[in-house]
Amino acid sequence: MAMTEQRVSYTLDSSLETIDSAEEKATRIATELGFGDDEIMQISMAVREGAVNAVLHGNAYAPDKKVTLAFERTGEELVITIRDQGPGMDLSKIPNPLAPENLLKTSGRGIFLMRSFMDVVEIRPSSTGTELKLIKRVHGPTAGGKEASQ
Amino acid sequence: MTMKVGTRQVDGVTIVDASGRITLGEGSVILRDTVRDLLSKGNKKIVLNLADVNYIDSSGIGELVSAFTTTKNQGGELKLLNLTKKVNDLLQITKLYTVFDVKDDEAAAVKSFK
Repeated sequence: MAMTEQRVSYTLDSSLETIDSAEEKATRIATELGFGDDEIMQISMAVREGAVNAVLHGNAYAPDKKVTLAFERTGEELVITIRDQGPGMDLSKIPNPLAPENLLKTSGRGIFLMRSFMDVVEIRPSSTGTELKLIKRVHGPTAGGKEASQ
Repeated sequence: MTMKVGTRQVDGVTIVDASGRITLGEGSVILRDTVRDLLSKGNKKIVLNLADVNYIDSSGIGELVSAFTTTKNQGGELKLLNLTKKVNDLLQITKLYTVFDVKDDEAAAVKSFK
């Protein structure tokens, strides 16, 4: 991965190692793009949560199913796409973890955290998998140390 | 850095000193096993010292909730001590800060059980 490139993608196994790997890649790329420490943490955690969903809930650890992770710098945005090959997420079943009846549940906070940390979170389920798009805009003067070539 | 835990007794209260990451996989399992082991041995006053926990994900948050409710359901009490800013922020945005009894002083945390 060279940051002179504007897009890079990885095809990863449906394993716990993929989750750590996705987080590490996000941390490295966000750092190289000049995001601040808090934003790097937010981006890496959002990617980790997205990878967890893809590996556990999408592909259900199936060895024949892959997770595709892509990072793209477009103008003033870092666009991250995570795609699985599962049956497609049922958006109607995403709980509100802040509802009093859900506060003490032990799961169901991943998408909420992604939405808290990223500027845009789009979830596109289909019968052949779910595509998650995470966008973080370059806010501060220190972020985006390299200008995107147009 | 994987998660590590150590336990010690202070005035009848078990302090669990955790360090590293509480995340899906090993970190969450270690925390779960530690709390279950303590409860099975009758240690029902538990302080989870998170001073050296530098990262926690949604699975880790779930394990904290599970540890809290499991302890409570067995007639015990679990409190959190010395949250790092990252963990504190996570508990704030998930509204769990008000659910947990969070302390920033060990002596006060121990005393609060009496």
